[in-house]
Amino acid sequence: MIVDRRLNGRHRNAVNRERFVRRYKDQIRRAVTDAVGKRSITDLDRGERVDIQRKDIAEPFFHHGPGGEREAVHPGNKEFIAGDRLPKPDGGAGGSGSQAGDGGEGEDDFVFVLSREEFLDFFFEDLALPDLVKKRLATIPSTKSVRAGYTQTGVPTNVNIIRSLKSAAARRRVLQTPRRGELKRAEERLSALEAAGSPATEISDAEAEVTRLRKRLASVPFLDTIDLRYNNRVQRPQPTTQAVMFCILDVSGSMDESRKDIAKRFFALLYLFLSRAYDKIEVVFIRHHTQAAEVTEDEFFSARDTGGTIVSSALTLMEQIIDDRYGGDDWNLYAAQASDGDNWLDDSPRCAGMLRESLLPRLQYYAYVQVGAFDEQGLWREYARLASERPHLAMRKIATAADIYPVFRALFARQPTCAPA
Amino acid sequence: MRPGLISTGSEWNFDLIEAYERAIAEIAADYRLDTYPNQIEIVSAEQMMDAYSSIGMPVGYSHWSYGKEFVAVEQRYRRGEMGLAYEIVLNSNPCIAYLMEENTMPMQALVIAHASFGHNSFFKGNYLFRTWTTADSIIDYLLFARDYIRDCEQRYGEAAVEEVLDSCHALRNYGVDRCKRPAHLSPLQEQARQRTREAQQQDAVNELWRTLPQRDAGPGHDIGDVFPSEPQENLLYFIEKNAPLLSPWQREIVRIVRKLAQYFYPQRQTQVMNEGWATFWHYTLLNRLYDDGRVDDAFMLEFLSSHTNVVAQPAFDHPRYSGINPYALGFAMMRDIRRICETPTAEDRAWFPDLAGSDWISSLDFAMRNYKDESFIAQYLSPQLMRELRLFAIIDDDRQSAYEVSAIHDDAGYRRLRSALAAQYHLGNREPDIQVWRADRRGDRSLTLRHQQRGRRPLAPASADALKHLARLWGFPVRLETVGPEGRVEAMSEAQPQR
Repeated sequence: MIVDRRLNGRHRNAVNRERFVRRYKDQIRRAVTDAVGKRSITDLDRGERVDIQRKDIAEPFFHHGPGGEREAVHPGNKEFIAGDRLPKPDGGAGGSGSQAGDGGEGEDDFVFVLSREEFLDFFFEDLALPDLVKKRLATIPSTKSVRAGYTQTGVPTNVNIIRSLKSAAARRRVLQTPRRGELKRAEERLSALEAAGSPATEISDAEAEVTRLRKRLASVPFLDTIDLRYNNRVQRPQPTTQAVMFCILDVSGSMDESRKDIAKRFFALLYLFLSRAYDKIEVVFIRHHTQAAEVTEDEFFSARDTGGTIVSSALTLMEQIIDDRYGGDDWNLYAAQASDGDNWLDDSPRCAGMLRESLLPRLQYYAYVQVGAFDEQGLWREYARLASERPHLAMRKIATAADIYPVFRALFARQPTCAPA
Repeated sequence: MRPGLISTGSEWNFDLIEAYERAIAEIAADYRLDTYPNQIEIVSAEQMMDAYSSIGMPVGYSHWSYGKEFVAVEQRYRRGEMGLAYEIVLNSNPCIAYLMEENTMPMQALVIAHASFGHNSFFKGNYLFRTWTTADSIIDYLLFARDYIRDCEQRYGEAAVEEVLDSCHALRNYGVDRCKRPAHLSPLQEQARQRTREAQQQDAVNELWRTLPQRDAGPGHDIGDVFPSEPQENLLYFIEKNAPLLSPWQREIVRIVRKLAQYFYPQRQTQVMNEGWATFWHYTLLNRLYDDGRVDDAFMLEFLSSHTNVVAQPAFDHPRYSGINPYALGFAMMRDIRRICETPTAEDRAWFPDLAGSDWISSLDFAMRNYKDESFIAQYLSPQLMRELRLFAIIDDDRQSAYEVSAIHDDAGYRRLRSALAAQYHLGNREPDIQVWRADRRGDRSLTLRHQQRGRRPLAPASADALKHLARLWGFPVRLETVGPEGRVEAMSEAQPQR
């Protein structure tokens, strides 16, 4: 018998593979972390090659180790005769290499490739926007339709046939049963009269009675409108939250290409994370040097222009946008800012002031990353002072591309959840 | 196309495969090959990798180790380091053989002859397979195992099931009965028995541990009441029946792994014979097809090219040498038996008086049915073949600074060489001999294993991890003692179960 199996089940081992990946999470996570530093922006969501040390995934079993005395047979003898002694190679205390199952395969790593999905899962594992549900539920309520028993009214598409026929059967029984008894008796009387040869008038009376009862029985409808039952569905409101993320990027002259690249990668990561984890989140991109402008995603990541630095211009623009579009209490507001820390001297206190007075009270979370430079300039110092009194202002430094991912993780690590207010 | 030819060229289709199967079956019947009915399945490369990584089982339970195997196979295949096996064949009735769709027609014919007639008849005839496996019910048992384990995962959680499976896999090679024949059951009986067994086993275990409470001095003082009364070689069986803390479902999983290990046990003992037999028959059957004019020269050239690769045996000093190739040795021995039957020399008559000049088909059939690798080599390896393969034996003693050549292919060496090679295929030599020695029922409930050392060969360090797995199943401390060559007992290592 010949069977063509090609059409059914590929990926029979998908579940086993998934279990393998789950089991070696830690090693894989390490590889993912290493990978991010090496990648370019456009390249972030792609699978990744993962190396795991072979000894970490070995399955133990009882077997012989090197040593002791053993005899092995080999083919291809050329000049040996019995009794020959062959010096052992240096350090070769081990077996002659032919013993099956000695488990001495190479010590090289176990290598495999994560799919894109798997990679991103590891990438954003345990990350979340802090306090997302704090603000009032969205004004546009979204609802979910759930089953809720049966009703007597509804549209024809929702008719529940079984329920309807059941109640029809019950109604028919209730209405018909007494008449059936009467009919039976009337029929018996009619046949008795006919048998006894009674007068024609009595017979025709009896006949009329039988006919009347039959008619009444037949008039009970098989299905009546009152029998109809409909599947009932109710709309249950689903809590949804609205959130907006402001991405503020410093593109001034002091941000050289490598710093810009690091900052862009940070935002790329943030954007990837947001668009993957939350479907209802808006992202606003703001670029600034001495002036700030709202730009599209493309422009944000690609365009390059230069100038001096006035950070407050971006903050002003952000505040304006909040007032225009995201006012009221309906929105969860987040902001992430990347800069090299250079700013006009008198602008930094102004920024801190704006944050303290008008922005931070409205924002859920404000993350600031200083890119490239390690020295703590005006902006950093002002922010640091502010951060000590406002816990939802977080700040980190990123020196090299390799720091991006750890810093990102630190900023957005899932907090122990607090009850929504 | 010449009349009589089945096909030309390398393209295959289902009709052709059927035609070849029929043609080969006719010839096989001529040679009195007794086979299960054949079921040939065409699979893609990916499906082949799937089958590959689940040891050829068409249905199997889920475990991460199969995922690991799959990932490794896939990587190697993608990088081109490894070609896939042309076939996988399953010891079942009907005998299922997988053919890869990429293969050419001559390759498919080779695989049909090799797997569907060679391996198939070996599965049906060899005494080990007849004793230890039931080809009729293996697929059903695999189904039962998969469903049972999936069910356990739902009820007790994947992690709990995985723990048990990990531990069982570590002891898999010690889950076989070497002496007792297992009873065979249909899947329905298996299921019914599983339910009653669950209850009974738990009762039996409780009974066993009821003999408390006198606490005495601790391990080793349990002399009046020795348990088990004899050392037990089947560790998993012992665990299944006697581990005090396992729940019924865990016992059943131990049992499943044990049963599957038992099923694959004959294959591990008949590598040389099984492959040699299958290779001998694909060679014989396809040559006969050619002689009968059913296939053309191109077919034969392709067939011979891959046949030659399969039976290549590089010499010990060749860079590609990695031990004796079981295909090569097995094929050479099967051919040699035929030669001894048909054209015996004086030497053959002296060494194999019964074999020389007998009917080769029945002699070969007898050899296939009644031997395993070890005894087959001990019985049939001829001096002429030892000379042909230029075999020599080497002693590697860690107390000596040099290897010693103990025997070569000469009059003085034939017997020693032959028994050395046979011993090399003796599973008892390859695997450490570890048995259950004592279960301390009065003291700390520890389990003591004894490793009977052969040739002073020590256990690999990884064995300590395997011991931990045993401790996990047993639930109490497990000790491993080594009995040295002079009978001296040394405590080796101890593992505590993690609570």
